[in-house]
Amino acid sequence: MTAATAAMRDAFGTALLELGATCPDLVVLDADVATSTRTSAFGKKYPERFFNVGVAEANMTDIAAGFATCGLRPVVSTFGLFLSLKCADQIRNIIAYNNLPVVLAGNYAGFSDSYDGASHQAILDISILRAMPNMAVIVPGDAVELRQALEFALKRNGPTYLRICRNPTPVLFDDAPPFEFGRVRKLRDGSDLTIAVSGVPTFMAIEAARRLAARGVSVDLLEVSTLKPVDAQALVESASKTGRVLTVEEHTIVGGAGGAIAEAISSRCRAVIDRLGIEDCFGESGDYVLLLEKYGISSLNIERRADALLERTRP
Amino acid sequence: MVTIDPIDVLGQNRSAKRARMQQLAQQFRVNVLDILHDKGTGHWGGAASAAELLVALYFDAMNVRPAEPAWPGRDRLVLSKGHASCMLYTVLAHRGYFPVEELNTFRQLNSRLQGHPCMRKTPGVEMSTGSLGHGLSVGVGMALAARVQKRSYWTYVVIGDGDLNEGQTWEAIMSGAKFRPERLVALVDYNKVQLDGPSSEIMPLDPLPDKFRAFGWNVAPECYDGHDIAAILESFDWMRAQQQWPVAIIYRTHKGRGVSFMEDSAYWHGSPVDDTSYEKARAELLAGLARMEAEL
Repeated sequence: MTAATAAMRDAFGTALLELGATCPDLVVLDADVATSTRTSAFGKKYPERFFNVGVAEANMTDIAAGFATCGLRPVVSTFGLFLSLKCADQIRNIIAYNNLPVVLAGNYAGFSDSYDGASHQAILDISILRAMPNMAVIVPGDAVELRQALEFALKRNGPTYLRICRNPTPVLFDDAPPFEFGRVRKLRDGSDLTIAVSGVPTFMAIEAARRLAARGVSVDLLEVSTLKPVDAQALVESASKTGRVLTVEEHTIVGGAGGAIAEAISSRCRAVIDRLGIEDCFGESGDYVLLLEKYGISSLNIERRADALLERTRP
Repeated sequence: MVTIDPIDVLGQNRSAKRARMQQLAQQFRVNVLDILHDKGTGHWGGAASAAELLVALYFDAMNVRPAEPAWPGRDRLVLSKGHASCMLYTVLAHRGYFPVEELNTFRQLNSRLQGHPCMRKTPGVEMSTGSLGHGLSVGVGMALAARVQKRSYWTYVVIGDGDLNEGQTWEAIMSGAKFRPERLVALVDYNKVQLDGPSSEIMPLDPLPDKFRAFGWNVAPECYDGHDIAAILESFDWMRAQQQWPVAIIYRTHKGRGVSFMEDSAYWHGSPVDDTSYEKARAELLAGLARMEAEL
């Protein structure tokens, strides 16, 4: 782990630009937010493979489906809020139903479009996308993982939703083994408590686990970037060992990472599961970090909730 | 009842073929009516409306290889008004994509012939449809893919009144005018009746050609009779002569065409065909078929 930070959206834009050279079938579509999502660089270099459809996300998604039926590898880029909601019918009935290899890049996800407020904050995209058959859902923990997940998604024989944060976040995995689809990353080995974290809060969970360890609490820390299909085996193994699982995500606790992890564990072993995330409410405008903090997504709150879970389940 | 060998139609010269295709469309109506009555489910109105259009496309305009449905150079057809599935399946089966006997499994458990078209189940179906408003967007993508991949196939999208109620169709129309995909053709099966009633009451669409023109499309100068094969072939001649893309052709059609008491009736959009209506309707369709034969 380094102290450097990088924005997933920048990594996304750079990756597309580079992949354009090696992947002749790559086509990129954006809906008038190419400057924000960073697809504009690809558009400048490969104008014949870039399609800015204007503010018409549903049309964009189905055009991408048309491309995919002809053997091209489309990446659909817009804000995760619009992609998951305005295009739910297109993604469900055209892309997922037909299992078309389209990469759905949900940018500005979670609270990361912080100042724009609740209307722009994608906080229930995972619940929606996860419910669709054939869909893979990947929520990277940093810019490095995002790049690797994108490369994987472009080779996957089916649709993939990639959740992308707007803002710089700590680089965690530049020296780590590469992203493996459908597998959790074990970040710390412990026996008292499992923390299963997804997405941007990964760096917070690492910090919280370190502080817990300093106080003698041994944390089994798992980063769960693939939320569908979720790595049930690794999660059950950890939950069986610790008996306590705290899930952490930048998303509503209704059907997100917490939901996916609870579903995987609950029928296979006995464990008490607590879900930390957005508590079934909308966000608001403000600074990204302060916003995350206000809604309980911080290393301090992870630590607090871990303590509370341990207290509640003390034998 | 089958009087025409559909594959034989392909080999005929154009004037003989024209009359044969006209009969074929009527014959397919009988086939569809039989299936809908037998299964007690399906959409008669929109299927009957699109008969001649689909026959003319698959038996005249389209360059396809039914034995090789994934052939990359094939022309594409997206039936955006997916509720007309039974007519599409009937045309595809008789064109050689799958056994005609399979039509008898329409809408039944484990069938490849779903209530609405599914590209993953039925050979020849290019896109799953049913939820209205998707087809033209998908067609824009397919036609632009031809440009990216330097192919020269045609992309046909059959859309209905309901599709044109959907905002997404107008997004697709705008993007068609922006990207100008070559050989993209929107064929409007304009029967002016929707599920709940006449489109003039539910959601007026006129003046439809002017709207397409205002959105930047190359619109056929006349609205063709969508039940007259000769008129449809004339519209195809016009289409092939165009240089400005994309192209829209509007066909005047009648929902439930071929059966007097079912024509232009919203009731027959999707109501099950009961025994009494079936007997009367079948007799009318067969009488129409006999008239065509007599005129030859």
